Amino acid sequence: MDEAKRSALNEFWINLKTAPGQIYRAMFRGGAPVSDRTRSSFVFGNVFLHLHSVRTHLWSLKWSTTMGLGIITTAAFLITLVTGILLMFYYKPYPDVAYQSIKDIHFIVPTGRFMRNIHRWAANVMVVAVILHMARAFYTASYRKPREFNWFIGWGLLVTTLALSFTGYLLPWDQLAYWAITIGANIAQSPREITDAMGITEYFDIGGLQREILLGSEIVGEESLIRFYLLHVMILPLVLSMLMAVHFWRIRKDGGLAKPKNVDELVAADPKQHYPVFTEQPQKTYQLAAVVKGKTPAVGSGPENTVPSMPHLFYAELGVLMFTVLICFFLAFVSDAPLKELANPLVPENPAKAPWYFLGLQEIVSFSAFMGGIGIPMLCWIGLGLIPFLDKETEGTGEWFGGPGGAKLVGWSALYGFATSIAVEAFAIRFGWLREWFPDIPQLVITFVNPGTVITVLYAAFSIWVLRRFNSTRAGALALFTCFLAGFIVLTVIGTHFRGPNWDFFWSPSHWPGH
Amino acid sequence: MTTQPGEKRSRFDPEPMPRRDFLGLAALGTMIAAFVVSLFGMLKLPKAAVSASPSKKYKVLLPDALPEGEAFIPPGRNVAIYRDGEGVYALSTVCTHLGCIVKANAKGFECPCHGSGFAKDGAVTKGPAPTALPWLKVTGGAGVYTIDEDSHVKAGTKV
Repeated sequence: MDEAKRSALNEFWINLKTAPGQIYRAMFRGGAPVSDRTRSSFVFGNVFLHLHSVRTHLWSLKWSTTMGLGIITTAAFLITLVTGILLMFYYKPYPDVAYQSIKDIHFIVPTGRFMRNIHRWAANVMVVAVILHMARAFYTASYRKPREFNWFIGWGLLVTTLALSFTGYLLPWDQLAYWAITIGANIAQSPREITDAMGITEYFDIGGLQREILLGSEIVGEESLIRFYLLHVMILPLVLSMLMAVHFWRIRKDGGLAKPKNVDELVAADPKQHYPVFTEQPQKTYQLAAVVKGKTPAVGSGPENTVPSMPHLFYAELGVLMFTVLICFFLAFVSDAPLKELANPLVPENPAKAPWYFLGLQEIVSFSAFMGGIGIPMLCWIGLGLIPFLDKETEGTGEWFGGPGGAKLVGWSALYGFATSIAVEAFAIRFGWLREWFPDIPQLVITFVNPGTVITVLYAAFSIWVLRRFNSTRAGALALFTCFLAGFIVLTVIGTHFRGPNWDFFWSPSHWPGH
Repeated sequence: MTTQPGEKRSRFDPEPMPRRDFLGLAALGTMIAAFVVSLFGMLKLPKAAVSASPSKKYKVLLPDALPEGEAFIPPGRNVAIYRDGEGVYALSTVCTHLGCIVKANAKGFECPCHGSGFAKDGAVTKGPAPTALPWLKVTGGAGVYTIDEDSHVKAGTKV
């Protein structure tokens, strides 16, 4: 009795002494990751790492395959997440105090200014990276079977990223914020342009309903700010995180990154870089019956030309993360996030400009609220989402611009895209548009025939011509995507640099009249 | 009710549904019904029955010395009030394009956000604005007028 008691106490004492080691072993079930085998099981058994496959193809590690753009986007999101949570400690989402609390963050809270700057710059980096990442996926045709669904998820991520940016710059409740909400909410209301022209707004007012749901009131005020705050800090980040999880998981499930057909010849140059895992080719090809469909990638052939994800892929990812942090830090040091005057519902800024990534949109919105704000963006958005289902060719998957001749086609398309949008804009700026020539023209005509829609039609016509000329859907897609990218750049530059007070054209901001 | 093996049934007397299947289907049906009903209930949530917005109907004291053709803008309001030989009238200064506040100038009004232009009577002269600036209902007299921003009147109505 006495002995048993003593030994239990003894055992407790030993357990207590060995607890740290036990905790360590419980965490790393397969032992410390020292060999390729334990590293593999480490990746496999870790909730955060197991989104990666255990081994990574050498092609995926090449800089030119992805340029790290997806990881830059993710890293920028993580940076905004961390700094955003820190900002939430001091930010107060209420019109009277929101502006003051941003000032507090800027001038009083230790490192507050730096945190806000990083938050803002990381958000900008995220927008740039997500657009470039989309372009990369498009130009390497990585949207093709079986990756169509992941393109779709990415499509959702792009919109969510832009929505996060939009809801974000509303929160300081300065002039930019106030007039951005006003304009955004009125774009949501712009289907009234159509229903008004048809005379049915009284019975069917989808635009008015959208505006009211967005604002929570008839006016832009406290209800609106709380709604946008909640979207910015809760709903959209949750949506983004879920889409990201699916996005990453699908990369693995769809067989890693897209690779060209002759990938083995391309990466097998240096035998020192890799070594065979199966020293003998298996003689039999077999299926894992009823467990997975089809042949598993690793059955029937050795997983050659792959290296363990740990450490090769993880070091690459960490490198890109640190690079992104460095960029954000640098930008945050040299440039402060702007804070304009306190929101004034009586006097808009002149010009009232959105952040740069929406200025292309603002440029076409300045022709028609409905077509510029809803019609054309919806067309682009639906077209983007449908790409994998409209182009089902298999030639050139995983290669930049789809192989030989592709780069040339993209070059010509870019030239056409730049030239047409610049020409149409120059014409509209120099000679005006329908309203100036025919003052009594019905509004519906202006809504549907304006520089924005003309550019869109010209792009579509070019794309169809290319599609027929080369008898290839991929060629048509390359042309259309490149044109829209060029148009986005042209409109953004015009909106950013060449538009001044009253949205008039100026060669330089230094020519703006004083007011 | 289970069917005995070998039992023959006519096509007018089909096999009764097993009790478990029935219960399962009933549970599924109730779940879908509950989901749909609660979804419709929740759809009403974003739109409050009464929304907090200031009164759009207010009194204005018009200065006696207001020159003809010059806009009087009551403090805190987006309205331009004019007086001429025929009477007093008011135009909304909220741009019909995307809600920016237009500025009165010599020719009429101009919008700072997307370049819409309006004539003195509110008609669109330039830019993307889909409709004219609305004329607002004005009542009263002798310097004190009531403006109702929610009631629009025909262009040219003066009191």
